This record gives sequence, structure tokens and C-alpha cells, in this order.
Amino acid sequence: MSTPPPPSAPQQPPHQPPSMPPAPPQGQPAQQPQPQQPPQEHTAMLRTLPAPQDQQAQQAQQQWQSGPPVDTYVSPIPITKTNLGHALASEWTKIRSVRSTMWTLGVMLVLVLGIGTLVGVVAAASDVSSTGASAIGLGSFGVMLGMLCVVTLGVLTIASEYGTGMIRTTTTACPSRSRILAAKAIVFFVLVFVITTIATALVAALQTSMVDAVSATGEEWLRGTVGVGLFVATLGLLSLAVGALVRHSAGAITIMIGVVLLPLVLAMFMFSESMKDVQEFLLQYSIPSQLVALYGDSLASSGPTGWEPLWIMLGLAALALAGAFASTESRDV
Amino acid sequence: MIELEGLTKRFGEKVAVNHLTFTVRPGVVTGFLGPNGAGKSTTMRMMLGLDRPTAGDVRIDGRHYDQIRHPLKYIGALLDAKAMHGGRSAFNHLLCLAQSNGIPKSRVAEVLDTVGLTAVAKKKAKGFSLGMGQRLGIAGALLGDPQILMFDEPVNGLDPEGIHWIRNLMKGLAAQGRTVFVSSHLMSEMALTADHLVVIGQGRLLADTSMADFIRQNSRSYVRLRSPQQERLRDVLRQAGIPAVEAGNGTLEVDGARSEQVGELAAEHHLVLHELSPQQASLEEAFMQLTAESVEYHAHSETGPPDTNGWGEQWARQQRRTKAGS
Repeated sequence: MSTPPPPSAPQQPPHQPPSMPPAPPQGQPAQQPQPQQPPQEHTAMLRTLPAPQDQQAQQAQQQWQSGPPVDTYVSPIPITKTNLGHALASEWTKIRSVRSTMWTLGVMLVLVLGIGTLVGVVAAASDVSSTGASAIGLGSFGVMLGMLCVVTLGVLTIASEYGTGMIRTTTTACPSRSRILAAKAIVFFVLVFVITTIATALVAALQTSMVDAVSATGEEWLRGTVGVGLFVATLGLLSLAVGALVRHSAGAITIMIGVVLLPLVLAMFMFSESMKDVQEFLLQYSIPSQLVALYGDSLASSGPTGWEPLWIMLGLAALALAGAFASTESRDV
Repeated sequence: MIELEGLTKRFGEKVAVNHLTFTVRPGVVTGFLGPNGAGKSTTMRMMLGLDRPTAGDVRIDGRHYDQIRHPLKYIGALLDAKAMHGGRSAFNHLLCLAQSNGIPKSRVAEVLDTVGLTAVAKKKAKGFSLGMGQRLGIAGALLGDPQILMFDEPVNGLDPEGIHWIRNLMKGLAAQGRTVFVSSHLMSEMALTADHLVVIGQGRLLADTSMADFIRQNSRSYVRLRSPQQERLRDVLRQAGIPAVEAGNGTLEVDGARSEQVGELAAEHHLVLHELSPQQASLEEAFMQLTAESVEYHAHSETGPPDTNGWGEQWARQQRRTKAGS
């Protein structure tokens, strides 16, 4: 066994190989058991290569199985079996060490808190108490814009790895592609859920204190904070899944912005009577409408109410993620 | 040890890697040669489980790559210098890799020191030159102190000092008993680094041999002569049954005779020699010869003599022909 080099080599100047000479006492390359090609004519060698090569491989394999050769390098770094925890730690380092996370979540906070405060000021100046709704629902305006930032971050979390080539390094470090995708999804979901819930809770507290309206029930509070946090984070998961399927940042962001905004925009232009049903459906089930429904005021007279928008979004995200897992496992990186 | 058995990869109609079978043994630097597009990178990607083989198998000490539970401590790979997120600092790039394999954080600073990037550890990778990116990639490969190392074109973008450094690094790693597998299209570079040689062309195995054997088997050795009495020298050689060819610049090239023999012959006839030197073809020439001999080149030999300007040109020309024909 050759002397393993110390894992630390800080005393060595840079530009030096990590563990160069003193040469190991034994196991010089020249003494390696190097299978020699039988001396034969070159062209013959080309044609008969596979056969002797297989034999060599088998011999070497037997040698390996009969115990590691004396000159095999053994690292002093302890071996630990990797698990999802390692992948989670890695993904947390990744997501916190790029600017795009700070930008998207920062802009989201500014939008949710800023617009929430503005809406609160406007609502406080006007008389809204007659509508009979609590002030919690006023928070939806900021979240509606803020969730576009979450969509962007969700896509970037995975698609930027494909764009930069980082995914090859990531997959080499963690050959289980499902584990990579799961770790990314979990880290992203928890981060977005926590930040969105804090932001919505702040806005809700601010608005209820500013606006003179009927006081909200405990369930309304829960839906308007934790519920919205889960809804937005789940929408982010859907974006992440689309990013994993499309593998292209700009493409996936465009698709997701279309998914969020297009149904509502289309519904606005459906004037004809024959399209009435479609228009109704789009107005009820477009993602912004569902967000508003989750807050408790519905844009349409019927459609999802209570916690239903969250279940719908969870279903969508689960479907997309299932597709993303299948695609990630089958496609080449 | 890495074993490939009938490894094949198709991209649609194109066969990128065609039934490759060879073994990469520990303790030596194995050079993996071939022109651009020969399938070197695809082969390495299949070794690392990034691409799924169409057919065949590649095993690392008997296991598939995705069965290895602690891959970075087992194999370090440099695939390409840009396989990283440009917005992340060098330190964080290595940290997230270390964490994914449970490697202690202290190891990150060590490998940064090893590759000489400590001063720019907090700088973003996108500001790095190609050479610095290459060093960061090598740091990632060394992170787990693995027993198998795989480098795809590691000298790309490195300055002469960096090339010297990576050359010694690879030799040092192999001398410690590690398996070192390095691809290149630079023949001269391989001659200085590799002990064993695997050559592929158009996805097929052309040679799997030790470096010395490769040169000996594939190259022509001859004696170069220069003399003010060239005409007489040629007569003398002809009489001795040694064929001499005029090679321009007033030199003669003699095949099939050792320099001692030629020198003694000249002395016997009192001929003045200005030069008497045994010549051995370089790896470059050996490679050209090998690719020139491979079957596919003969099949397209209707366009003139083989090109000896660059070993890749002939191949590239043939590619263009194939494209134009299809």
C-alpha cells in the first residue's frame, strides 16, 4: 500500500500537485504489471484486438476480486454513504449562492409588501366595510404579481443547471437523478413557502390593522397566510417541473408566464355568446382567479372555493413532477 | 479499473461510439486519443452514467457508476471546464459538490490551494479564464481524493506552466496507484504524459497498447545522412544493398539499416559525413500512420494521396465528403 498523502497540503505552494514525490516506496509505474501486447504485426493487432483484450480484462478482474492490488490508492478521507440529506445540503448551498435567488425573492417581497401596503392605504381611505368581506383578501394583489417571481426562480433552479452545464457536474457527484430533482424540489418548496408565508402574514396583519372592515375568522387567516404560501410554493414546483422538462430557462419561463396569465387574458376577449361557457371556466380556474378564491373573494360567482384552489394546484404540480422525474431518469444529461 | 465491453452509443442514425471494448488499469496514465468527434467525450459520459449506452456495458471495479454510493470519493472527473454555474463562487461551487458526497468542508480549501485558486476562491466562476475554469474543474475532480481520475482534454486553455503542472499532477496521481484516464487530441501531449494508449477513430477502437509498443509498432525508424559527397555515398549504399532516398535539403534517408552500419560503411570508403542520425517517428506520425491504415480511409482513397500535414485534416475532409455525398 503506497503511503496515502495527507488530505491537507496547505504547506505546499500553489501550482504543485497535491501529493507529489517523495515517490511511494513501491509501486513505481515502471513496475506496474503492464500486460504487454504480444509482438505482432500492426494490422493484425487491429483486427484481433478484442479477443486478447477480453482475456486481459478477465485476468485483471480476477486479480481484483482476489483482493485489491498492493498499489491501489486508498484515500484517507472517510467513506460515507450518501443519502438525500447530503443532496439537500448541496442544493441549499446552490440556491443560496446565486444572485438569481436573491433577485427573484427580493423583488417578490417588494411587490407583496409594497403593493399590499399601497392597497391597504387606498382601502383605508375609501369605505370598504360595507362589502362584508374581511381585509385579508386585499393581500391578493401583491401576491398575484409576486408569484411571477416565484415562477422564474422555480424554472431557474433547475433549468440554469442545464444552461450552464452544471448539471453534468451535479449528476457526476450524485448519480441518482431522482434524488437530485427531489432535493431541488424540497429545498425550493420550503424556501418559497417560508418566505411567502411570512410576507403574506405581514401584509395581512398590516391591512387588517389599517382597514376598517369585518374581522377575519381564524380559517380566513390560515388560508390567507399558510394557504397562500403553500399555493405559491406549489405553483413554483410546477414551474420547476416544467423547467426540468424543457431544460431551457427562457423557454420554460415563457411557458409558465403563459400558463399563469393567458387564460385570464383570453377570457377577457371572449365576447361571443357561444364562448360563454369557456369564458366562465377560464375566469374560475385561471391561476390568478384561484389565488383570489383562496383568499376568499371569488372573481366569478361559482368555481373553486375554500381550500380547493390549493388541491387543484397540488394535483397539477404532482402531475408535472411525475413527468419531470420520468423524463430526468430516461433522458441523457 | 474501468472496463468497457461492447460499448455502443447511437444518436439517431449516427453511431458515436461503436462497440468499444478496453480496460483502463490502475497505476498508469492511460491516454485516450482520437480526433475531434471520434467519440471520446461520449465514451467518458457513458462511463459516468450521464449518457445511457445503446448497447454494451461499462463497469468501474465491477459496478455501474450509479451503483457507487460515494461517487466523488471513488471517481473524480473533469468533463469540461464550463460545467459549472458562472454566478457561483469557486468556493461555493466546490462546497456544494463536497456536501453532496459528505466530504468535509475543510477539503474545499485544500483543493483550491492544490490548483492555485485560493486567491480567487470568493470570485464568481464566470469571470474566470479558460485556464482558471480548467483548474477549478480539476479541483472538483480532486475533491474526494478519489482512486480513479478522468480528465477530458485537461490541457485545453492552460498556459505552458499550467500544462507542465497538469502533466506532473497526472503522473504523480498515477504513481500513487490511482487509475488515471485522460483524453486528448494532442499527440505530443500524450507522448509526454501517458504510459498506455487507447486510440479510437469514428467511435471504433484502433489501438490499445502501451505507449512504447505503439510507437515501435506504428512508426518508421530510419537514418538521416548528410554528406558533401552525396553521389558517392549513394553509390556506396547501393552497392551494399541499402536503399537510400533523397529527402531534400541535401539529406538522404536510409530505411532498414542501423546508423552504426551506415557510419562504418562511410568510414570504410573514406566519405565525409556531416550528419548521421537515427530518426524515430513521433507519436504524431505514428498516429497519422494508424489512421491512414484504418479501413475506412482506404474506402475513400480516390481523392489523392494521404494528407500528412495534420492527422485530423484527412479525417475532416472525409467527413465533408460524406456530408456532401449524403
